[in-house]
Amino acid sequence: MIEQVVRVPLAVGEDLVIQKNRIGSGGKRLCVVTGTHGDELEGQYVAWRLARWLKAHPEHLKGTVDIYPALNPLGVSTMTRSNPLCDLDMNRTFPGSPDGAMSEFLAHTLIRDMVGADVCIDIHASNIFLREIPQVRINVNTAERLVPLAKRMNLGFIWIHAAATVLESTLAHSLNALDTPTLVVEMGVGMRLTRAYGDQLLTGILSLMHYLGMWDAPVMPVAPPIVSSDGHVSFVNASRPGIFVPSVAHAAYVEQGQELGQVVDPLTGDVCETLICPASGLLFTLREYPVVYEGSLIARILGGAL
Amino acid sequence: MREEILFTMETPYRRPLAVRGWYFGNPERRSLAVLGALRGNEVQQMYICSQLIRALAAMEENGELAEDCGILVVPCANQFSMNVGRRFWAADNTDINRMFPGYDQGETTQRIAAHIFSALQGCSYGVQFTSFHLPGDLLPHVRITETGYERAEEALDFGLPYVILRRPHPYDTTTLNYNWQIWDTQAYSLYTRATDCIDQSAARQAVEAVERFLFAKGLSRRAVPAPQEEPSLLREEALHSLLTTAGGLLQQECRPGDRVRPGDVLGEILEPCTGAVLEQLRADCSGRIFFAHRAQLINGHEAAFRILPD
Repeated sequence: MIEQVVRVPLAVGEDLVIQKNRIGSGGKRLCVVTGTHGDELEGQYVAWRLARWLKAHPEHLKGTVDIYPALNPLGVSTMTRSNPLCDLDMNRTFPGSPDGAMSEFLAHTLIRDMVGADVCIDIHASNIFLREIPQVRINVNTAERLVPLAKRMNLGFIWIHAAATVLESTLAHSLNALDTPTLVVEMGVGMRLTRAYGDQLLTGILSLMHYLGMWDAPVMPVAPPIVSSDGHVSFVNASRPGIFVPSVAHAAYVEQGQELGQVVDPLTGDVCETLICPASGLLFTLREYPVVYEGSLIARILGGAL
Repeated sequence: MREEILFTMETPYRRPLAVRGWYFGNPERRSLAVLGALRGNEVQQMYICSQLIRALAAMEENGELAEDCGILVVPCANQFSMNVGRRFWAADNTDINRMFPGYDQGETTQRIAAHIFSALQGCSYGVQFTSFHLPGDLLPHVRITETGYERAEEALDFGLPYVILRRPHPYDTTTLNYNWQIWDTQAYSLYTRATDCIDQSAARQAVEAVERFLFAKGLSRRAVPAPQEEPSLLREEALHSLLTTAGGLLQQECRPGDRVRPGDVLGEILEPCTGAVLEQLRADCSGRIFFAHRAQLINGHEAAFRILPD
């Protein structure tokens, strides 16, 4: 059933409405959330596939699944990462406040709607600049509780990252702080759909539901993921501006010393910089958007510290 | 006065971003650092710094700066965005003021923040002329982030009508103001009436505030008249927000500084196509209007006004 989570009047003849699709009735509850950043669309495909699958096989559902395809409907509809009304990153406004201005009120109402779920999956799609392999990201402070759940998600990589105060304003942190286990999925690239990744995650969601006792049909086996901390991730940033031309494919295994790509100058024909891989391992992040500045992230490699 | 390029960053397809600073007084001392525009729409903040540079140059010329006073003013650290009419870093829409203290091996705006922080660090006092994220007009005030290191009473020396203490949210921990405090600089954010247009009287008030502060701290010999109204220190939670329930055209009946009593009509929200009154916004307490929403269109659940109660 399509339900309205929150409605706020806009200035001229329109309301901002955030909706969810509630499928099933009673029992354990899973929330699948996406569209917080309006330029991240990979979750739209997952939301569609999941809703369609659950509707086609209601006899196997032993619980409730709430699907929130667009926490930021104005952003998704206008190709805007932030909330276009105030240019604020919606994922820095949680847990919000009932008495605050609109962005805080929306955040508060959404949290109230999700809190108490048995598990929440918050799907992101990097941004327009970087392509990511499907992965689960977990704050080190919640790792003990979340890693066993994340291992069911059929994603090859679980990144346990350090805590940062600024991240306490995220949906995932706020829900976890309210005792609602929340997993953050990152995959693909902004403004695009990657069907293979979406299908992979759908398998993982059904597997997790099976593990939770919410799905009684047989599920595909999931491969055990690599679980890693920050110490095993190497970063490569551009030190010169220009156009990045990759020499490697995303998601490939790369060797220390291997060329990852070049930063070139289309005006002069010069190669400004050749980017070298600092460690051997899995190239799980690769620059997608070619224009780079000093500092632009080019790649992340899982496999060893610098 | 000594002009210096604080740092330069190459950019693709455009000229390098060269951030300039102006030094005054004793080059061995780091008494005060002042930052203007960090966002591309902070024209007023840049203008205030330009006027401050003129005032400090005159003070230096007249020997009015104390011997142990050294000042750095950075009017604009983000012309890259300002020149193309964007508020945030024009390449990826990130806010440099959410990147402090910065990271010199990190992403572009982290590196810019690191450069800026490096240039501004180590001063006894730091002033940032900054802007509010909501469109609106507010009473001039000094804002201080409560970190445990702040000496809030010292901000009264600016002589602006209000000093507001803000308890930081997690997302505030990456602002310049917060990190200045953490790294031993008493940090003050000065808010004036305007952002993307020049308000000369507000700019004069801001420049005077800095001059008054310098005099109070013994850093200058140029006395500035006392403010007309005694400054007061308050916590941000003291402000009452008047939230809308309807969306529409906002018609204001009052301005920042006006005194109001409970029940006074502060504004109306009109149905945008018929002009029918959808909502009357009434004061819920006695006090002064501190903030008034400026955009003509307003949505539901927005702060149309903020009142400072008596």
